[in-house]
Amino acid sequence: MTFQEISAADFFYRNRDIAGFTNPSRAIFVSVREIVENSLDSADQMNVPPEVYIRLSEENGITTTTDSGNGVYRLMVMDNGSGIAARHIPAAFGQVLFGSNYKLKQARGTFGLGGKMAILYGQITTHKPVLIRSSTGGSKVYEFKLMIDIQRNRPLILDRKTRRNKENWRGTIVEFSLEGDYYRAMSKILEYLKQTALVTPYADIKFVDPKGRLYMFNRATTKMPPPPTETLAHPYGVDVETLQRLIRVTNCRNLLHFMREHFHRVGQGTSLSFLDFAGFIRTPDPKRLNPEAVTQLVETANKSKKFRKFFGKVNEEEIKPLLKKTKTPNMIEFLKSVYPNVERTIILRLLASAGFVRSKNPKKLKPSEIVRLVRMMKQFTDFLPPDASCLSPLGEDLLKTGILKELKPEFIAVCQRKPSTYAGHPFIVETAIAYGGDIPKKDDIVVYRFANKIPLLYDEASDVSVRVIRSINWRRYKVAPGMPLAIMVHLCSTKVPYKTVGKEFIADRPEVKIEILNGIREVARRLQTFLAKREHVAKEKKRLTVFAKYLPKIARFATDLAGKTETPNIELLLKSVRKYDEQEV
Amino acid sequence: MTSKKSENSTKQKKDAILNDLRGFGGELYEQMEKGKFPWVEMPSRSTENIYYSPDVRQYILGEKSVKRTARNIRHIKPFTQMVWAGFFASELVKNRKTSTLRDVYYSAQAYEMTFKDQPESNNILTDLETATGFAREDFNVFPEERSALFGDLTIEYTVPGYEGKQLNMTSHPDGVMIGPSVVSSEFAKAGCDKVIAIEKGGLFTRFIEERVHEKFNALLVLTAGQAPRATRHFLNRLNKELELPVYIFTDGDPWGMHIAMVIISGSANAAHLRDLTTPDAKWGGVYATDIIDYKLPTDPLTDVDIKRLHELEKDPRYTGDLWKREIKTFLKIKKKAEQEAFSRYGLTYIVDEYLPAKLEEMAAD
Repeated sequence: MTFQEISAADFFYRNRDIAGFTNPSRAIFVSVREIVENSLDSADQMNVPPEVYIRLSEENGITTTTDSGNGVYRLMVMDNGSGIAARHIPAAFGQVLFGSNYKLKQARGTFGLGGKMAILYGQITTHKPVLIRSSTGGSKVYEFKLMIDIQRNRPLILDRKTRRNKENWRGTIVEFSLEGDYYRAMSKILEYLKQTALVTPYADIKFVDPKGRLYMFNRATTKMPPPPTETLAHPYGVDVETLQRLIRVTNCRNLLHFMREHFHRVGQGTSLSFLDFAGFIRTPDPKRLNPEAVTQLVETANKSKKFRKFFGKVNEEEIKPLLKKTKTPNMIEFLKSVYPNVERTIILRLLASAGFVRSKNPKKLKPSEIVRLVRMMKQFTDFLPPDASCLSPLGEDLLKTGILKELKPEFIAVCQRKPSTYAGHPFIVETAIAYGGDIPKKDDIVVYRFANKIPLLYDEASDVSVRVIRSINWRRYKVAPGMPLAIMVHLCSTKVPYKTVGKEFIADRPEVKIEILNGIREVARRLQTFLAKREHVAKEKKRLTVFAKYLPKIARFATDLAGKTETPNIELLLKSVRKYDEQEV
Repeated sequence: MTSKKSENSTKQKKDAILNDLRGFGGELYEQMEKGKFPWVEMPSRSTENIYYSPDVRQYILGEKSVKRTARNIRHIKPFTQMVWAGFFASELVKNRKTSTLRDVYYSAQAYEMTFKDQPESNNILTDLETATGFAREDFNVFPEERSALFGDLTIEYTVPGYEGKQLNMTSHPDGVMIGPSVVSSEFAKAGCDKVIAIEKGGLFTRFIEERVHEKFNALLVLTAGQAPRATRHFLNRLNKELELPVYIFTDGDPWGMHIAMVIISGSANAAHLRDLTTPDAKWGGVYATDIIDYKLPTDPLTDVDIKRLHELEKDPRYTGDLWKREIKTFLKIKKKAEQEAFSRYGLTYIVDEYLPAKLEEMAAD
């Protein structure tokens, strides 16, 4: 038996199904999506409203049919994003899992490999290189012709050119060939672009399909959501692998410093409490304390107003005999026995200030200690929850703009929930409900699912949002089957809990589920108000119609019966039954 | 032989009806002119407002009234329908046209006045009757005809095209149908001195064949089961205007008995109307006691028959001794007999023996 190491590119080559390239129609859909998402991310990062131009054409302009019966297409995507520095281009497009970033912020891409998978897939099915043109807005445009060396996971540069950037262009153009089945994927691609336009109302998206048809999704605003800031990992969301990587790159000499430096919302106090809780802190034996150390401790305690508040005036001469007599093993326990009413965290702070707290050099942790540290991070309950500054939710106004632009509904309600967390990952849920307009009348409510501004189109039934929507008793909100209703659920997170590598549906996380439920309830309540009002107005309208229909007849027949010629004026009577103004009805 | 032109009121009545309808419209008109929602008030026809009046000898409506107003969203449609019905009736009377209930239902659609169904339109017509106090026949709305008459009565038509034309009611051996033209006619000459009302067509034909009209100087009226309102009104006129006594012959069962009673005392459904009853008319049989006396072939009373008899026992119209005695007898013998049962003694037995005996008995009453 032989064991063989395979490269990351090789791994994905062999397992392309898990990234969504299951069949020719799905493959072409996923390819378009991945490249477009990279483009949108790139513009978002620059804080410029994205302009994305997509062209999908049949290879050489004629229909090419491969053995498997599918067409060969050429996909070109151009954006106005940040562009990529020349030295990074080969790796960025020709090496799988390039760019390990230890900081976190919300972006559409999750594993940094979607785009590369698309290129890899193109190479596998057509054996043609990918063409990259990019400029960061400087004086030059760089052009690379690349292939991926699958076994070695290295980019092969076939050709490179440098041109003068006369127009001061900034952005990236990716162009490659791939095998696929556009006609079966067409409806999904168009739906994807429509929903992308909905959730990115500040983007201009143009798509030319193989038949030469141009689809335009024009932006409705240039206002963009505030860009996310990068954050450190939260202790709750860290696994052994991540911790090891951090240890590898850190310059910190002890764990106390390491915790503060590399984790989100961990300061001196939290760091001390946690390491004490996890058993990674050492303090001296009180019996072996030399006189200078005692003096330093007493001075530290007396110098600070804060410590004086807790410990009172500490008298060195009183402490010394106690130190001799004590049976406690370390200074924490010693101080605890002398000051039983002072909290442990304060004692830890005093000892740290006096320089009595020792913690290990992270680089010297044994594997078993690393595992224990990660386990303790999950058990410690006093970490502050992650803040949401690393998230970039759309915001209620933009969500509204997007929905109004794509669905033109009669009524809309949007809601942004407060930030929450699951397993150390911050997230925000945004929901919206829309009624009427271009929304089709169906027995089921139309559901638009988004995660980090990506439309999710497949496996709807397994998605948490759909389950939540199904669990709601809609009659309570005056919703009847056959109403033109659409619900939007947008989940923003540094880590979207996808169930699969292909970004298709969101798993049932209780924390996420409850936020989605509350978000939908919130907008559903407003829908109920709208529907109730509508019902009332419709009833009123019907009531008025009845009067308007019969009163003139009564007047006419009565006039005739009475043998008169002129009908009585009933306008005042009609006016008196009107409860609303003309415009309202 | 009496010969007199009756002072029938056909012409007078027409004027009265038109006057009334004009007043009805005028009232609504005035209400609207004053900027008010039009309304009408009329006696309630609900069961708790229907009483039997021994004085009038028929059912009458009590004191309760209902107000129907166009201000009420639930009233406005029936209200409009009623005003339309009034309008339609006045058109019929003015133009001397007749119509049926079915006709009314369809005519409404010409005025975009839809009725949900026939019962709804019938009900609205009853409302109009209640509000105005006139029967729908007065508005020239008639049900489908099925009753007939035969005998020495000469009538003078008032319907368009036949005005002044006279016809003797013996002119047709099958009898003359009691239709709108007969009902609206004036009585010109009457050779008969009594009226015999018969429930069944077979017996009516036998009586004509056996020349009962001549032998007994009678006007024969076929009610064809429960007498239509037009026929009941016609009998009322024969009794009132020509002072002819009315004798009724029905099957010997609770249903036949009740046919006679409705001619005499009217029905609860028509409590809002007058002139549909003939309180002095007499029921001649077949009695339960006749079944015993004449030893008639019988059928047993069914459960439904017995239940009906118990209902009649409690009915305020059945207070006379004759009625009480017959109900009791029916319940005792638990048997019933049809008019045709007399045929067991030969086809002419009923005319030769039974009828003269009965007429004598009733005239002596």
